[in-house]
Amino acid sequence: MSGFTPNEMMTIAAARALSNDDVCFVGIGAPSAACNVARLTHAPDITLIYESGTIGTRPNVLPLSIGDGELCETAVSTVSVPEMFRYWLMGGRISIGFLGAAQLDRFGNINTTVIGDYANPKVRLPGGGGAPEIASSCGEVFITLKQAKRSMVEKIDFFTSFGHGEGGDHRQRLGITTKGPTLLITDLAIWRPDPETKEFTVRSLHPGVTRDMVQETCGWTIRFADSLEETPAPTELELTTLRDLQARTKAAHEGTGS
Amino acid sequence: MTEFLSLADAVRQNLKPGDAVAFEGFTHLIPHAAAHEAIRQGISDLTLIRMTPDIIYDQMIGMGLAKKVVFSYAGNPGVGLLRRMRDAIENQYPRAIETVEHSHSAMAQAYEAGASGLPLAVFRGYLGADLKKVNPDIKSVTCPFTGEELAAIPAHRPDVSFIHAQKASEKGDVLIEGIIGVQKEAALAAKRVVVTVEEVVPDFEGLHPNLCILPHWTIDAIAVVPGGAHPSYTHGYYARDNAAYLDWDKISADRELFASWMKDNVLNTGPEIFATRVEGLR
Repeated sequence: MSGFTPNEMMTIAAARALSNDDVCFVGIGAPSAACNVARLTHAPDITLIYESGTIGTRPNVLPLSIGDGELCETAVSTVSVPEMFRYWLMGGRISIGFLGAAQLDRFGNINTTVIGDYANPKVRLPGGGGAPEIASSCGEVFITLKQAKRSMVEKIDFFTSFGHGEGGDHRQRLGITTKGPTLLITDLAIWRPDPETKEFTVRSLHPGVTRDMVQETCGWTIRFADSLEETPAPTELELTTLRDLQARTKAAHEGTGS
Repeated sequence: MTEFLSLADAVRQNLKPGDAVAFEGFTHLIPHAAAHEAIRQGISDLTLIRMTPDIIYDQMIGMGLAKKVVFSYAGNPGVGLLRRMRDAIENQYPRAIETVEHSHSAMAQAYEAGASGLPLAVFRGYLGADLKKVNPDIKSVTCPFTGEELAAIPAHRPDVSFIHAQKASEKGDVLIEGIIGVQKEAALAAKRVVVTVEEVVPDFEGLHPNLCILPHWTIDAIAVVPGGAHPSYTHGYYARDNAAYLDWDKISADRELFASWMKDNVLNTGPEIFATRVEGLR
């Protein structure tokens, strides 16, 4: 396969991590694209759930919001939002929570609330939405984000969603029984937590990416796995599926103005 | 017991300065026409409760009607940030607002607790989350049976809830279809309930027996406002105006542009304009 962008590689690498049997709570943006590419390629029976209450949805275009009408029209069932969070999320029926992040640390803790002090923020971000409980109630959590020093930081300003805290067994010490972040997919690499310390460790570099490129766009000193792999490049099918989906989405969202 | 009123009368009779009010609708069925009427009537010092403040509260906050906002996601869904709300939080413009921030799970369950007549919602949540440190309403209780520590927050009991729905019957029963969000809970949690609808039909005979219906005796006032959710959508009637959400990012970024947009599109108009706004989206 010839040309592809780092963002395309990120989305496709994330899609590959999902399987047909997964029940996935989908965040908007990059996670939504990855989940639907998985559904349209190797995981046709994956159950995608958006927090608007749509269970088993199969949208033809990516939703702009988590509550677009097509999510409901193509869903197996649409439930109320209290039911969504109580029976389905808190009830332990969701295997993977897929989240993005504004700020992330090496232990998979996420900030989407504020940059700076909470009471007097430098930037007020949207906040957590469903993420604080997605992070603790889903069987495991996948995170995807584009690398940059301002987003991958030594210390996040606010714990919106708890990952592995200070590392090690911090989750268990808080009484959290789920696995937490088990996979980080960026535009440059695939990361997994160290089994003991829980620090995210680079396992695979995307094609054409060097260690230096990964380090230069990350705010902490990175640990690399002893035997680094190379992420397989996108296949023709993966790339075509993603591009077609994005083209349909663009046409649909621009075409609704009155 | 419900009565059919004009939107202006429905708002005037049910929403008072200083009220705690929820204009609910989870992306779908957001009661924009009702909020615009509240803005025209200049009803201020409101405590605004809503999971996703969205454009609807960005407008009310930008017009200086809010003293407090209770919320869980202050974004423009799929687009970015809420710029009028940010300006109020970061720069106290046009006035300072108090914020009470929760997670979605917490907000949804606080409405459910309010609808249930309970004083609190209890759930497994906020584990390791910093919101516990900045929101004194987030406390914990210990399960008397298992010893598990659970999150506890006060129930939502709005003075008024506003929702938009597809249909009312002539009797005043209201039918909600599609992404039903938290509207049933928000309505049943409130002391007074105002509903805007797309249309009135004679009755709901012969429909599926498990539909989401609010009986007429749970509602105080109904106003017929076709298109009343725009730029949100009404399932079965018109699509979400995604382009309007994208445009809002530019309009709301500038104080002057925002003020003139509100003057032209809200203050100097009436509820009848909503029908024309959705013509191209049906």
